[in-house]
Amino acid sequence: MKFFELVRFALGAIVAHPMRSVLTSLGVVIGVAAVVMMTSIGLGASKRVTEAISGLGSNLIIVMPNFQRGPVSQGAGGGFSLRDGDAEAIRKQVENVAAVAPIVRGQAQLASEGANWNTQIQGVTPEYLIARDLKITQGRMFDDREARQGRKVVVVGPTVVKELFGGSDPVGRRIRVRSVPFEVIGVLESKGQAGFGQDQDDVVLAPLSAVRSRIVGRRSRGDSIQTIYVKATDEDSLDRVQEDVTNLLRDQHKIRQGEDDDFQTQNMASILAASQAAIGTFTVLLAAVAGVSLVVGGVGIMNIMLVAVTERTREIGLRMAVGAKRSQILIQFALESVALSLVGGLIGLTIGVLGAFAIAKLGNWPAAVPAWAGPLALGFSVVVGVVFGAYPSWRAARLDPIEALRRE
Amino acid sequence: MIEIRDLKKVYVMGDEQVPALAGVSLGIARGEYVAVIGPSGSGKSTLMNILGGLDRPTSGLYSFEGEEVGSFTDDQLADFRRRRIGFVFQSFQLLPRLTALQNVELPMVYAGLGAGERRARAAELLDRVGLGARMGHRPTQLSGGQQQRVAIARSLANKPDLLLADEPTGALDTHTGEEVLKLFHELNADGLTLAIVTHDPDVANEAHRRVAFRDGHIVSDERSPKAAESQKGGA
Repeated sequence: MKFFELVRFALGAIVAHPMRSVLTSLGVVIGVAAVVMMTSIGLGASKRVTEAISGLGSNLIIVMPNFQRGPVSQGAGGGFSLRDGDAEAIRKQVENVAAVAPIVRGQAQLASEGANWNTQIQGVTPEYLIARDLKITQGRMFDDREARQGRKVVVVGPTVVKELFGGSDPVGRRIRVRSVPFEVIGVLESKGQAGFGQDQDDVVLAPLSAVRSRIVGRRSRGDSIQTIYVKATDEDSLDRVQEDVTNLLRDQHKIRQGEDDDFQTQNMASILAASQAAIGTFTVLLAAVAGVSLVVGGVGIMNIMLVAVTERTREIGLRMAVGAKRSQILIQFALESVALSLVGGLIGLTIGVLGAFAIAKLGNWPAAVPAWAGPLALGFSVVVGVVFGAYPSWRAARLDPIEALRRE
Repeated sequence: MIEIRDLKKVYVMGDEQVPALAGVSLGIARGEYVAVIGPSGSGKSTLMNILGGLDRPTSGLYSFEGEEVGSFTDDQLADFRRRRIGFVFQSFQLLPRLTALQNVELPMVYAGLGAGERRARAAELLDRVGLGARMGHRPTQLSGGQQQRVAIARSLANKPDLLLADEPTGALDTHTGEEVLKLFHELNADGLTLAIVTHDPDVANEAHRRVAFRDGHIVSDERSPKAAESQKGGA
């Protein structure tokens, strides 16, 4: 006898009760759909975080003051322990550095002829573009000389162009920052919305010294910096550069052995790895919870298969009388259980994939159904079918043909 | 063809041992038409189940064409039933989901025949039992007599050596019962060996030989007068 005939018997029994079959496999449908959706949500979130973090710039080390151990004695600095000299020292003394970009930031009200916009203005040097992998689409970036002189020029992001100039070419026009007029000399390329719901295009870049004297001047010491971006030449030297920067700054700040740093350095690669690990753990947890419903689905299949064996006792007896072996009865019922589960798995996979895309659209993140979701979901369905069909099938195969034929 | 010697079957019910067959010896030759009669509980159904390979004797010998069936494993018994035996039951035992044609095909599926071959033979058999026009009908769309004829066609599917019928007319009215008996007669005339369990004297009289059971013993074994002149095949 051919195996195919047993498959045909199993499918025939399923098709004979379409409604019952669908309801039976519903548990597996939900289980598989949930597992697929959870893993793809996890993967989508991971992808989005990756985009956001790498959107900050590749091979980047961020140096910030350590507020936990702020040098209060430095008074007017108000916790800003980084100085111009630190950035200068990194540039001169650390090897494998592609760019060093010191930054000061200030919140400011911007005004063009007809519009207002409140945003953060960043005081930077031209190297900032290299560190953050930014590009200019219109106009130009200010040069080192302009930066040193503290010229009142700005480079703005697309969002700012839209808000203040209604999208028209802003190069050569003026905006007022806290009523100080600045000339727009360039527009940055759009980096999109990605990144923790933050608009990366809502930026205003101005020479560091101009921002310091015009906008944040009264609140901080003359040479303090909020952040230094250090870009390593390549990924391999990232850790080394981070170490060198740390050692250098400890030296610069005269921190003795055993004392804590008054600054902190963050390596983008390790931030990325840490957040991906966290999301991965979370995804596994979600999928495991969803997997529980697969087990519940399996119990539903076992229940109906036991009913089917009881209902079809006479059929089983007759099949045995016309020459079916016990193993053939066993396989027929096992296949029936696997087919129920597999159909549930296929429907569940379809719903899961559609659901994942719908959720991605709603949550505005990249839809990511892992390639292994299909095989995995179907594999799990088969396992559920085999495991929960085993006992009912065994009961069917153990029936005594005489007793079975006599059953009403 | 069949030789049984001192066959015993004891059922264990709790602590009690209930003997269903208390040492039965019997021979059936190819081409015979045997009726097994006796009151219920006399052991005749037990004998039929053992002859058909649905049950095993507790002791004694059962050889079928020289094969010792009594010592077969479950799988060997399944093969034996499939190749050697055709069953006809009182309650027809057709699968309600399947058409007449598919019901007749079923034993051939287990025999490993291809779909085309199966269908052709099933159609031929249904023609033979006079149901050529009703192949696509399901059991519920057929009368009792028609259902039993489908069952007979099914029992012939794998060209059995022995057809075993357990009260084949028990669920039929007199007229359709007679039709079924006529069919049996024809099959026997074509050389098929038949054994029918019945407690209906009219049915038993159709057979060429009557074996009477009581309390697990054979109490009589005689040729029917009617059969003597018409019997064919060798004893």
